[in-house]
Amino acid sequence: MAEYIIRRVLQALLVLTVMTLLVFFGVNVIGNPVYIFASSECDQACLSAIIADLGLDQPIWRQYLTFVGNLAQGDMGKSFTHGVPALHLIFERLPATLELAFAALVLALVVGLPMGIYAGLRPDGWGAKLVMSFSMVAFSLPVFWIGIIMILTFSVQLGWMPSVGRGDTVDLGFVETSLLTLDGLHHLAMPAFTLSLIMMAMVIRLARAGMREVMFTDYIKFARANGVPERRVLGAHALKNILIPIVTVLGMEFGGVIAFAVVVESIFSWPGVGKMLIDAIAVLDRPLIVAYLICVVFMFVTLNLLVDILYSLLDPRIRLGGGRA
Amino acid sequence: MRQWMTGALCAAMMTAAPVWAQEVLTIGVRSEASSLDPHWTQLSADVQVHEHIFEKLVALDSASQPIPGLAVSWQPLDDTTWEFKLREGVQWHDGEAFTADDVIFTFDRLKAGISGAPASPAFQLDKGSKQWTKIDDLTVHITTDGPYPTVAEDLAMLPIVAEHAATGATESVDFNNGTATIGTGPFKYDTFNPGDSVTLVKNDNWWGGEVEWDQVVFRPVTQDASRLAALLNGDVDIIDYPPTVDLPQLREDPDFTVSTIPSDRLIYLMPGYKHVEPFITDNDGNVMVPNPLRDWRVRKALSLAIHREAIRDRIMGGASLPAKNIVPPGFFGYVEELEADPYDPEQAQALLEQAGYGDGFRITLHGPNDRYINDARILEAVAQMWSRVGITTEVDAMPRNIFFSRLIRGDELSMPGFDVPEFSMSMTGWGTVAGEATYTVSGTLETYNAATGGGNGNFGRYSNPEIDARSVLAKRTIDPEERLQILQEAIRIGMEDYAYIPLHFQVNNWAMRSGLEHEPRTNERTLATEIHRVE
Repeated sequence: MAEYIIRRVLQALLVLTVMTLLVFFGVNVIGNPVYIFASSECDQACLSAIIADLGLDQPIWRQYLTFVGNLAQGDMGKSFTHGVPALHLIFERLPATLELAFAALVLALVVGLPMGIYAGLRPDGWGAKLVMSFSMVAFSLPVFWIGIIMILTFSVQLGWMPSVGRGDTVDLGFVETSLLTLDGLHHLAMPAFTLSLIMMAMVIRLARAGMREVMFTDYIKFARANGVPERRVLGAHALKNILIPIVTVLGMEFGGVIAFAVVVESIFSWPGVGKMLIDAIAVLDRPLIVAYLICVVFMFVTLNLLVDILYSLLDPRIRLGGGRA
Repeated sequence: MRQWMTGALCAAMMTAAPVWAQEVLTIGVRSEASSLDPHWTQLSADVQVHEHIFEKLVALDSASQPIPGLAVSWQPLDDTTWEFKLREGVQWHDGEAFTADDVIFTFDRLKAGISGAPASPAFQLDKGSKQWTKIDDLTVHITTDGPYPTVAEDLAMLPIVAEHAATGATESVDFNNGTATIGTGPFKYDTFNPGDSVTLVKNDNWWGGEVEWDQVVFRPVTQDASRLAALLNGDVDIIDYPPTVDLPQLREDPDFTVSTIPSDRLIYLMPGYKHVEPFITDNDGNVMVPNPLRDWRVRKALSLAIHREAIRDRIMGGASLPAKNIVPPGFFGYVEELEADPYDPEQAQALLEQAGYGDGFRITLHGPNDRYINDARILEAVAQMWSRVGITTEVDAMPRNIFFSRLIRGDELSMPGFDVPEFSMSMTGWGTVAGEATYTVSGTLETYNAATGGGNGNFGRYSNPEIDARSVLAKRTIDPEERLQILQEAIRIGMEDYAYIPLHFQVNNWAMRSGLEHEPRTNERTLATEIHRVE
């Protein structure tokens, strides 16, 4: 296990290095940020001064070396837009996005799993058909459309839900969360539901397919033959087995949800990182874009690792570390 | 039972009302303030928040004309010295007295440069090589290296910070957390939650008098539809940039009010004047020598071929002011008799014929698609209108982060200081923030000169000695009436020569719940002091 983890960490470092190269040179190819920020009244002398101040007059390889040098000391540079260290900005907004993604994940599981299991157990009933049509709709409708329709219905027409921003937060010392206040949950409900739809649809489909497969396996038949109560057959024997693909897919999907919750965040003006990234790209705030993408790579690598470890816990047949253990 | 409950609730609310009678104004804005350091950037999204907290020596009225701010008066003592008399009895938010030392500190801070800030207004001090000296606690002298008329306009861009609070403060960071955010303005810093809100509270000791709102909250809502929804369901009281398609309905709805004023931002088409232009070919695809845009009749024909009213009504929801001027009405330099060109395709074709281009040619029109109101749709409309008079026009719209680099710096051939703008015809905008035309003429009509800063926004590289002479003279003429005349002459020459093709001034709109009254501003900023409650 330890050896496996070390190997994965080394792989991750390699991926990170390649990413910094790609990202750094990538963002340097498109446009010059100085022309976007500087006032139109700023003349050539003024532009040159800004370019020199930001270090953009250096050859690109030297800029990269400086960047890597700073990165090694944990400094990812200062945002051109905000004048605040990029990492600070990301961590300031990450809790909001994590909270949204987490709420969406919980919703997807709590609603999706029972629906999927039900549809798997009674595949021909009209209830199952309803569930499957719902999952189809949730899959296919564009998120921004659903978001706007929800705002129109619940905020504008019915007036039940607030449409912008995050509600009251509670400071837990290390992080601020809106999960613990009523106002916070009120604000969270619509964006979290919108964000969860695709995951929910996926959970429904995976749970249904898994259930249909598992119910015909021998161990379920034996369990039933042994007189194990139906609830335990489903809850202990069947559920554990259908969870493996669900965990894999959700693990991957969760990373995507955090990294690219952009659409939902901008529709509901949720102060998360996704929205910040889009703004940063629009004005070529290079340090912020680079820092963010590196964080995302880091997150994906970590999530993959976690999913692998979770696997081995869910299914004892899976051993980490290449067969030796 | 239910009735009784309602009654009790009402009673509870009524008795509670006086205790909780906080007047809170929530403003839904399209772009969020990126920093509360007033010297970090001069983008209007930031400046409009700064202006509640910090003030300038010179303020701008709703038509962007200079009025007394922290300075009560200013006048030139001679050709190169201006005397500013400061307002007496002004207090910082923490109770300290405001003096000339703060002004000197502010200018020194800007002069030293705000490190890492690409959009800082610091360059305003370099214009005219300004120097500053304190004469006494309430007098400051500004000297320039030659006669320089727009000192007051430049100082209207520079917010004054408190020496005792901002000394040693880290750029941006210490202003975002409030430690250095001590101003003299009508509102005080309360909280700043990036991405979510900026909250300001009333300054009871403001020299400008009673402040109407106890609290002002700026909420960024980037998406147009979401911002409108937030207004409709009451999450915010007023929004800027309501979507133009919804303006007609908002105007008719008794629950909402719309306020409107032409902005200082001119949207125009800039022809390229190089001998050979890469994006202009004849109908068979061959390069054209000379470039047909160098003939003023061609440029006039292009202008006459544009149906500006149709763009206003069909694309802009009525929110544009067709123009042939370079500054909006009410600004110093506005020329009354310059009226927007009428739509006249016949005359356009006749002019093309006369110039020898009766068969037309091909051109690519470049522009941004995320910078100006409905920019991509305007580009498409113009392209269709031009194609109709025989000039086959292709549109290449791109995000602003790519557009502006290519527009200004051009292709790989260019070197720093010798930029070769790339486009043969491009749509851009120019905002006359200072409220007067001197730098608009110099920036857009004067011949490009990297050393003097002339023609800084002249990306077509138009060059006309008659305008140059007047523009340079205007920049050195202190007497306002004389300067106005010189500027108007320069503008008239430029517009009659079709140096560029003005389309319209954008029109600023705000939408608010009924019960509010707003005095709109040309410079696109939303100020709580200009929003009032009405019964």
